[in-house]
Amino acid sequence: MIDMKYIFQLGIICSVSLAGELLHTLLPFPVPASVYGLVLMFLLLCTGLVKLSWIEETADYFLLIMPLLFIEPSVRLMTSVELIRGSVLSLLALCMVSWAVVIVVTGRVTQAVIRQRKKREAMRSAKEE
Amino acid sequence: MKELLTDSVYFGVAVSLAAYFIGVKCREKWDFPLMNPLLIAMILVIVLLLVCRIPFETYSNGAKYITYFLTPATVCFAVPLYRQLQILKKNMAAVLAGILCGCLAHAFIIVGMGWCLGIQDTLLFSILPKSVTTAIALGISEEIGGVTAVTVVGVTVAGLSGSILGPTLFRWFHIEEAEAQGLAMGTASHAVGTSRAVELGEVQGAMSSLAIVVTGILTVVIGPWAASLIR
Repeated sequence: MIDMKYIFQLGIICSVSLAGELLHTLLPFPVPASVYGLVLMFLLLCTGLVKLSWIEETADYFLLIMPLLFIEPSVRLMTSVELIRGSVLSLLALCMVSWAVVIVVTGRVTQAVIRQRKKREAMRSAKEE
Repeated sequence: MKELLTDSVYFGVAVSLAAYFIGVKCREKWDFPLMNPLLIAMILVIVLLLVCRIPFETYSNGAKYITYFLTPATVCFAVPLYRQLQILKKNMAAVLAGILCGCLAHAFIIVGMGWCLGIQDTLLFSILPKSVTTAIALGISEEIGGVTAVTVVGVTVAGLSGSILGPTLFRWFHIEEAEAQGLAMGTASHAVGTSRAVELGEVQGAMSSLAIVVTGILTVVIGPWAASLIR
């Protein structure tokens, strides 16, 4: 018999994508179809309706080759030269500054929460002794 | 002769695959952050099209079929998130607080600084989702009326920044906890930052790959809201 494993795995992933597209058409929110599909797949895995082993290899392969899927959208940049001409430098500055803000804010906030939890845990274990 | 080649839809597909193959080989040979396979592939294809005077539409006619796999590929992000389920449960408060603050700060900076610099609305819409992994960023950009090509470049810049400058910023701002480093890297620089976070340590890698997906989902909500502030 031919090994149908990958066909089966691709079938599940595409079915969930289809469900995501349906939700995107039916619901009024500005949420991309792919994100509906992603959340749906996560819920299916958590509830055990879909087992990790049913999709694992194909999913990992998709994640591995993903940058390939962005080549056409990025080459499209050559059609928007008129739009970005004149704002290239300010756009680049905005990208760098906002990137630095995110990494510092997220890092500091997370660190504060983690350290608070560690302090609580240390106090609790000190009390138990 | 040229038309015979470019009329086929496989022209765009073959060119994209070849360019990406060269990009991956360059990364294997010279391993430093600017050797980003997507960046190399993008430059190679643009140069080829300009030199041979082939219109973008001719290339896109075939190459767009590769991009059709974007939705199923994004759905696959459920797998790494599910693998990190235990870590997510254990650090729920830190993950949600850290990423939410990061996403909000990002949106405010872009709206505020964009207004000060007088950047066009369409361009601001395009870079609002740039912290997010490309797959989700493209979807958000489309929903709020951005230019997807600019979004891809913004996402690439965010990724490269994390890969090159991330650890330096951790030193400057005393971000020392492994969980905090990983989460910050994934929130600001998505998958490219994650590959750097993996080098910093196992906890950093796990937190970073979890942050990619959570940031993506939160930005789906925050992006359109921030866009409504600009309008």
